[in-house]
Amino acid sequence: MPYIPHTAADVRAMLDRIGVAGIDDLFDEIPPALRVDALPGVPEGLPEMDLSRLAAERAAADGARLNFIGAGAYEHHIPAPVWQLVTRGEIYSAYTPYQAEASQGTLQIMYEFQSMITALTGMDVSNASLYDGASALAEACLMAVRAHRHSQSARILMPATVNPVWRRVARAITEGQGLVVEELPYDPARGTTDLQSLERHAGTDLTALVVPQPNFFGQLEDADALTRWAHGNGALVIGAVNPLALALVAPPGEWGEGGADVAVGDGQPFGVPLSSGGPYVGFMTSRLEHVRQMPGRISGRTVDADGRTGYTLTLQAREQHIRRGKATSNICTNQGLLMTAATIHLALLGPVGLERVASACARRTRELVAALTAIPGVREAFAGPRFHEAALLLDRPVAPVLEALAAAGIVGGYDLSRDYPELGHALLVCATETRTSADIERYARALRGLLGRRSAA
Amino acid sequence: MKKTEPLIFELSRPGRGATAQHPPIAEAGLPPALRRRGRLPLPEVSELQAVRHYTRLSQLNFGIDTQCYPLGSCTMKYNPRACNAIAMLPGFLGRHPLAPAATGQGFMACLFELQEMLRHVTGMQAVSLTPMAGAQGEFAGVAMIRAYHRARGDGARNEIIVPDAAHGTNPATASMCGMKVREIASRPDGDVDLAALEQALSPATAGIMLTNPSTLGVFERNIVEIERRVHAAGGLLYYDGANLNAILGKVRPGDMGFDVIHMNLHKTFSTPHGGGGPGSGAVGVGPRLAPFLPVPVVAQEGGRYRWLDERDLPQSIGRLSGFMGNAGVLLRAWAYMRILGAAGMRRVAEYSTLNANYLLARLVEAGFDAAYPGRRASHEFIVTLKRQARETGANAMDFAKRLLDHGYHAPTTYFPLLVPECLLIEPTETETREELDGFAEALAAILREAATDVATLKSAPHTMPVRRLDDVRAARQLDVAWKPAAA
Repeated sequence: MPYIPHTAADVRAMLDRIGVAGIDDLFDEIPPALRVDALPGVPEGLPEMDLSRLAAERAAADGARLNFIGAGAYEHHIPAPVWQLVTRGEIYSAYTPYQAEASQGTLQIMYEFQSMITALTGMDVSNASLYDGASALAEACLMAVRAHRHSQSARILMPATVNPVWRRVARAITEGQGLVVEELPYDPARGTTDLQSLERHAGTDLTALVVPQPNFFGQLEDADALTRWAHGNGALVIGAVNPLALALVAPPGEWGEGGADVAVGDGQPFGVPLSSGGPYVGFMTSRLEHVRQMPGRISGRTVDADGRTGYTLTLQAREQHIRRGKATSNICTNQGLLMTAATIHLALLGPVGLERVASACARRTRELVAALTAIPGVREAFAGPRFHEAALLLDRPVAPVLEALAAAGIVGGYDLSRDYPELGHALLVCATETRTSADIERYARALRGLLGRRSAA
Repeated sequence: MKKTEPLIFELSRPGRGATAQHPPIAEAGLPPALRRRGRLPLPEVSELQAVRHYTRLSQLNFGIDTQCYPLGSCTMKYNPRACNAIAMLPGFLGRHPLAPAATGQGFMACLFELQEMLRHVTGMQAVSLTPMAGAQGEFAGVAMIRAYHRARGDGARNEIIVPDAAHGTNPATASMCGMKVREIASRPDGDVDLAALEQALSPATAGIMLTNPSTLGVFERNIVEIERRVHAAGGLLYYDGANLNAILGKVRPGDMGFDVIHMNLHKTFSTPHGGGGPGSGAVGVGPRLAPFLPVPVVAQEGGRYRWLDERDLPQSIGRLSGFMGNAGVLLRAWAYMRILGAAGMRRVAEYSTLNANYLLARLVEAGFDAAYPGRRASHEFIVTLKRQARETGANAMDFAKRLLDHGYHAPTTYFPLLVPECLLIEPTETETREELDGFAEALAAILREAATDVATLKSAPHTMPVRRLDDVRAARQLDVAWKPAAA
């Protein structure tokens, strides 16, 4: 019996102590007509050895391709200690620190995570993580509605340069509470939010403006100008940031004059593997005055009965287990394991390592763009500064090109044509510090070979 | 062992670093106007310092791997290491979620099998794996109920009925979906009060959220009647899968008439709780709600796998995560279910129920009061310390804190809210009889201590890294992030 320790003698003795004849008697309160005797459709169990082999075959069939996609999930080097520490049983197999005295490890790591995220974003306070960046943006929109003292409209201005899936998630999660999410167009030359387009919203009741940095195209927005406009027009500012970029570019806490009001993002670039899409680690930060509107767990430093420093879950009066229907969110858990990975990752990289990683990403992407745009039929979609992603325009449909590249072992980028049909045959590419010049050369050679053939389109 | 550990920031010295982790210097090439000003205030420590620091912090925790952790409604059972090893295979870990489906057929085969197994163990028609936690699964469920009524032109239904024993996420979720919450009472025997249900049902009823077995640790015996009445009133039934462990392979929510269910894969299917996540809240639906499932969903077509998205399910409530949910958690759940198989699923329910009823019997012998005497325990049960609190002055929190000194994680305390001074105890099927005996003896010893030396109890714990913490100070003098001392 996998993972069940009972001997026949145990079972007998336990049933006697309970005073029943058999285990089945323990289910006698379930109406007999509802009970099932078998689970057709569920296969029989496999020993660990057999399942490991099956899984290894499947993983090997998927694995080891040269990746040039970012689009919200980024391949970075993860220092070896990160996952060796994260999978220690005391971290891996613990739960939410309800008993603070027996969970000081988890609580202190939460506090350190919050400290590192506030350091990176330049914001006052951080929670101990949310599910992912997309859902964190949705929660930030809901939080802005609660936090704004004057706006009645629940209107959120959302640039089209925000990750399109994040926009869809924000819509799906906020729709029930009546939020109105309005899209803002981008400047077709620079791929950044069109500042002129904001003017038609001037003087209207606005709750918040979302400012992506960098945006989905990898372009750097004029976050100062967007923040000034929003604050000048009575709207809160929600930053949606790649936290790695903040090692190089101005953090949301320094945007405009007063900084952003709320900032969210996905901490996946810090120690979290791509892993086919999750689990990742959303984060949320804000100015101190809004902390009571923030969803999610927060660890606070305090003292124990002897005056010794300790950590505990704090501001729990915001949460569902206390406030029930009036809570700031239905969220119970954070992404504890991934938050721990991110914290250890940041401790290992430190300020110097993090800035070098971010710079290396920017440099590799420049190199990639130069190599690919040297190929006839490939050009840059946008001018202007960017971080570590770039939109390219091809002279033919992107999907068949990506399929052909995949067959050659190269995952060549993300096809933008579904979400941004107005761009034409647009491809989003990314190179992180893990791509070498040889990798980039290999990609360029393969693409040149493909585009050199006469296009079918 | 050291009992406390300084903050990583306090170990930092300018110029130190885990330099093996630093790539060579590169020029970022960004315009100065966009650059961050000033030095990033992150810690500067050596690799050994970091490793030692986080190893020491881990040692300040209780986990399943170190202690019996009978936290009610949380299903803290053994997280098989095989499941972790499989999910961390390089081919799975290194795959980008947006890579073409042709490069993810192995991963998608696992997810498709997981969908199928979950469909069969719950008796539902279709499953989506995308919700990233139980609370998000609940959100998906209520959002689907809302979408269903709207699609039928019945959008005035805006009330969700929730029993008073429900987990706090149920009413919080209903509110998030823009629904009103109607709470109904439970009877003294723990079942839903049918008269109260009848009063609550109306043309405004969108649905009811039930946990079965309930958070009172008993199976809802009137479930067939509840199903009949709610459906007759035009409402739908939502199954909160928090306690699915108790009935796995014994009775299926679909057969009970539920329209939608969320499963906590981190409970029933034993993926790690990780100090508070990641979870996974896969949802299953019956025929009424199938068109509204959140996307993406894996489909099998001619031996190949592909993602179904909004184009395939135009009535979907949409996307809830940046990609396809907590893929690594899903792989761990897949591995767990494949190792256990159909027979193993049933054994989960049988042995978790055996352990709970045995522990309940032992505690009653030791002088504790079952909150619902005369009822079978499900995989968990409630002891109420109301009498002991009155007689000795030691309350449920004191018992819980003192248990830590005995080397056991405390059960869930003060939940459900309607049972005074309660401990909600869920031993799970992976604990040995000896461990349960030890837990029962520890609680019995604390009960004796309550009569002779209540002060020791009131000031417990005494052997943990810290004693009881000042929660009021934590909230009033808010300190939630380390800041560098002003220069």
